Amino acid sequence: MPQIAQLAETYSSQIFWLLVFFGVTFFLIGRGMVPKVMETVGMRDKQIADDLAAAQAARDAADEQEETWRERESANRAKAQGLIAEAKAKAAKTSEAKLAAAQERFDTQLEAAQSEIEAARTSAMAEIEDVATEAAQDIVNRLTGTTVDKRTARSAVKKALVNG
Amino acid sequence: MAADAGKVDPMQQFQIEPLIGEAWEIGGFNIAFTNSALWMAVTTLLLWAFVFGGMKRELVPGRWQMAVESFTGFIDDMLEANIGKEGRKYLPYIFSLFMFILFGNLLGLLPVGLVGLHPFTFTSHFTITGVLAIISFSIVLIVGFWKHGFHFFSLFVPHGTPAPMIPAIALIEFFSFLIRPFSLALRLFVAMMAGHVLLKVLSSFVMDGLNYGIGTSLMVAIPSFALMIAISALEILVAGIQAYVFALLTSLYINDAEHLH
Repeated sequence: MPQIAQLAETYSSQIFWLLVFFGVTFFLIGRGMVPKVMETVGMRDKQIADDLAAAQAARDAADEQEETWRERESANRAKAQGLIAEAKAKAAKTSEAKLAAAQERFDTQLEAAQSEIEAARTSAMAEIEDVATEAAQDIVNRLTGTTVDKRTARSAVKKALVNG
Repeated sequence: MAADAGKVDPMQQFQIEPLIGEAWEIGGFNIAFTNSALWMAVTTLLLWAFVFGGMKRELVPGRWQMAVESFTGFIDDMLEANIGKEGRKYLPYIFSLFMFILFGNLLGLLPVGLVGLHPFTFTSHFTITGVLAIISFSIVLIVGFWKHGFHFFSLFVPHGTPAPMIPAIALIEFFSFLIRPFSLALRLFVAMMAGHVLLKVLSSFVMDGLNYGIGTSLMVAIPSFALMIAISALEILVAGIQAYVFALLTSLYINDAEHLH
């Protein structure tokens, strides 16, 4: 086995060159280059994390804006509904007032008509009295040949009308 | 390789040969640039090229950057799961460890012998795995004593141990703690060596079977070759798993040092 057979004459050279080349590997590659590679990886990871955070923030902002838009929208809707209700109420009140006025006008007309009818009736009654008085004078004259004065005839007619 | 001798030596692939500077020395210790050192150099270079390709730092990564980032992310997740957020600071070490072992294992499996090169797996040498294990273990000890001082020794007494059991349990825990670097080093070394020996033994079956005639070709060479293909696939898996196990156990041990029990 050369590892043992050659040990005495080669161990110093083996150890020396191992230390040289492993030393170069460690100091030049391990300490010089690997940290830079790791730094690049770290930078990339950070960039990705930052991008993700930015995306999350943008998404949150969009959600917030949507929320405020929704609030404004519902407020507008409520306001519009209020306007409609007010207009409706106003219209209802106007039409009610108009109806009331019309009713009043009808009522006065009705009353006037009734008083007219009443007046017409009274005058008609008076005329009937006159006609009846004249008729009674005439009848008495024809039947008895006597003339009855107008006052007597009228009181007789009035008595008969009240009784009849 | 050894085919010129008419016989395959399954151990020859682990031979260390000085390439240049056979007489280089530091303080009396030989530091010849060997084939093992060459493969470590190739590993380091390829690993550098691999990670460099992933350094474009684009926000939307290309395939290469994605591949590099998936490796760093994989180690990062492992540390996060085993140690927690304090594990981040061990990423450079664990990543270097995992990738160095993974590339070494995989490069040793490349069929570069076909173009006349001599493949070599430096992770199949316990001098290499041993040093890596000692580095990992040193980090555990340094972090443990740095963070907890002598309280670190409470690691050897798990929660809820009945008082009379404490000496025995502490002794067992202490030994299991000391054995960790050896198990760490030996596991990788043995796994890599065994796989390569097995492949080499099977390849000698294929060659000998072909040399002895049609009968042995059908009976031995072809089944062995099919088995070699399957075991090569398994070895690629083992290369990844052993690198992962080494890094995982190191991070578990560091977790002990960070949080005790």
